[in-house]
Amino acid sequence: MGIKIQASHLNFFYGRHQALFDNCLAVEANRITAVIGPSGCGKSTHLRIYNRIFELYREQRAEGELLIDGVNVLDSAVDVLELRRKVGMIFQKPTPFPMSVFDNVAYPLRLHYKLSKGEIADRVEQALRGASIWDEVKDKLRSSGLALSGGQQQRLCIARAIAVEPEILLMDEPTSAIDPVATLKIEELMDDLRRRFTIVIVTHNMQQAARISDFTAFFFKGKIVEFGETRQIFTNPRHPKTEEYITGRFG
Amino acid sequence: MLKKNLFPRKCKDRALKVFAAAAVAAAVGAMLWILTTVAIRGFSSIGMEFFFNSTRPFGVPGGGIANALLGTLLITAGAALIAVPPAVAAGIWLAEFRDHRQLAALLRFSANVLMGTPSVLVGLFVYMILVVPTGNFSGLAASAALAVIMFPVILRTTEDMLGMVPDALRESALALGMTRTRATLAVVCKSARKGLLTGILLSLSRVSGETAPLLFTAMFSDAWPTGYFSEPTANLPVLITEYATNSPFESMHRMGWGAALTVTVLVLLINLGTRIIFREKHHGH
Repeated sequence: MGIKIQASHLNFFYGRHQALFDNCLAVEANRITAVIGPSGCGKSTHLRIYNRIFELYREQRAEGELLIDGVNVLDSAVDVLELRRKVGMIFQKPTPFPMSVFDNVAYPLRLHYKLSKGEIADRVEQALRGASIWDEVKDKLRSSGLALSGGQQQRLCIARAIAVEPEILLMDEPTSAIDPVATLKIEELMDDLRRRFTIVIVTHNMQQAARISDFTAFFFKGKIVEFGETRQIFTNPRHPKTEEYITGRFG
Repeated sequence: MLKKNLFPRKCKDRALKVFAAAAVAAAVGAMLWILTTVAIRGFSSIGMEFFFNSTRPFGVPGGGIANALLGTLLITAGAALIAVPPAVAAGIWLAEFRDHRQLAALLRFSANVLMGTPSVLVGLFVYMILVVPTGNFSGLAASAALAVIMFPVILRTTEDMLGMVPDALRESALALGMTRTRATLAVVCKSARKGLLTGILLSLSRVSGETAPLLFTAMFSDAWPTGYFSEPTANLPVLITEYATNSPFESMHRMGWGAALTVTVLVLLINLGTRIIFREKHHGH
C-alpha cells in the first residue's frame, strides 16, 4: 500500500510553551491509525498539524516536515484550501452548520467543484450513503441539520467531509460526545471508510483503538513513545509506559 | 463531634428567599404600574383621528400624532441604516479577526466610553457638526445622533454573540476548505444570527424612546416629515416632552399620554415581531 503521511521531527508550540517534541510517524494509506495517550499528551495537537487548522490561532506554530504524498504541506507555498479539501476532519462534538441536511453536504461541495444541480444531488446522496445516514435522513433533507440526534449529526459531518472527496480523514475523538449505540454505528462505518480513505483517529477509548485500528501510536508528554501494529501494541508493548497506560495504571 | 445548630442557617436561607421575592415583586410591580398608567391614560385619546391626522399648532384643538409617528419611524430607520452595517462589521472584525490586538483594544475601549456617554452629549455633538454648519435642524441629524448611540451597543453585542459560537464550528468550516471570510459569513454569523438580530433590536428599542438628542437635532414640527433631510422633523419623544411640560391644555396632555402609549406599543411590537419571525424560520426549514 505505501506510506500516505510521513511526519518528520515535528515540534509544536503554543506561544512559548512547547507541546510536541520531535514527532516522527509514518501513516499507511487505506489503514486506520489510532493515536492514544493520556489527556494533554498532544494527540489532538499532533492531528491538527495535518490540515494546518492550528493556523487559525496566531500564537500556534509548527516546525518540522509533514509529507503528504511526498509534498511537505507545512511549506507556505502549499495552498491550504486545497490541502483541507484533501484532508478532511471530524471533530469531537458534532458541528452541523446552521443549514439544511442537504446544504450541509452540498455547500462545501459547491465550493470545490463545478457541478450541475443534478450532479450535486447525486453526490450528496452518495456522501450520505457513504456515511450510512441516507436511510435516516432521505425524507428530511430540507430540515435543519441541527434537528438531528447527536449520532446522526456526527455522521452528517462525516458525509460532509467525504463529499469533497478527500484522501485522508482526521478524526479527533469522534465518538466521545455521543452514546454507545451511535458510537457502534460510527465504528462500523469507519471499517467501510478505510477502503477509500486513510484514517487517523485520536481516541481516549482504548477498546475502540484496539477494535478498529490497524496501527497505534502512543503519545506521552508530547512525544511518540511507541508506534506499531495495533495487535502488537496491545498484546506485547515494548515500552513500559505503553504497558502501564493500556493496562489502566495511569491516564 | 458537637453538632451545629441548624436554625441560623435556615434563617439565612429564608431571609434570602424573602429578599429575592420582594425584589422581583418590586421590579414587576413598578413595570406593571408604569405600563397600566400609560395604557389607561393613553387609551382614551386613541382613535382614527389620532393616528391619521397631523399635529396642530398650540391652542388649535383636534389633530393627531400621525406626523410624529411617521417621523419617529423615519428617524429610527435612518439611524439603523447608518449604524447597523459598520457596527456589525466592526463586531465581526473584533470577534473573528484577532490579528491586531492593540487596535481591537482601542476600539473596544472607545465603544465602552461611547456607551457610557450621556445621550444629551451625543445630541450636542451632532448639533455642532451637522445642525450648526448646515443651519438646519433635520431628521437626518437625529438619525445620525441615534446611530452614534446604537453603534457601540450593536458592536458589543455582535462581538459577544459571535464569541459564543464554539471554535469547533469555525474550525470545521475551515477544515472543509472554506476561506476565513466565507466561514465567518456563511457559518459563524449564520449560526449567531438570532443573537445578532437581538442586538440590533435591543439597540433600536433603546433609541426609539431617546429624547435628549432629538431636541438638538430633529426638534419638532407640526408638518408631515417630508423635510427629513433638511427641516425640523416631528417625532414622538419630543412631542411627549413638549405636550407634557410646555402645554397648558388638558387635551394636549391627553394626546401626550396617547403618544407615550404608542411608543410603548411600538417597542413591544418590534420585540414580538422578531420572536414570530424566528419561530417560523425554525419550524419552516
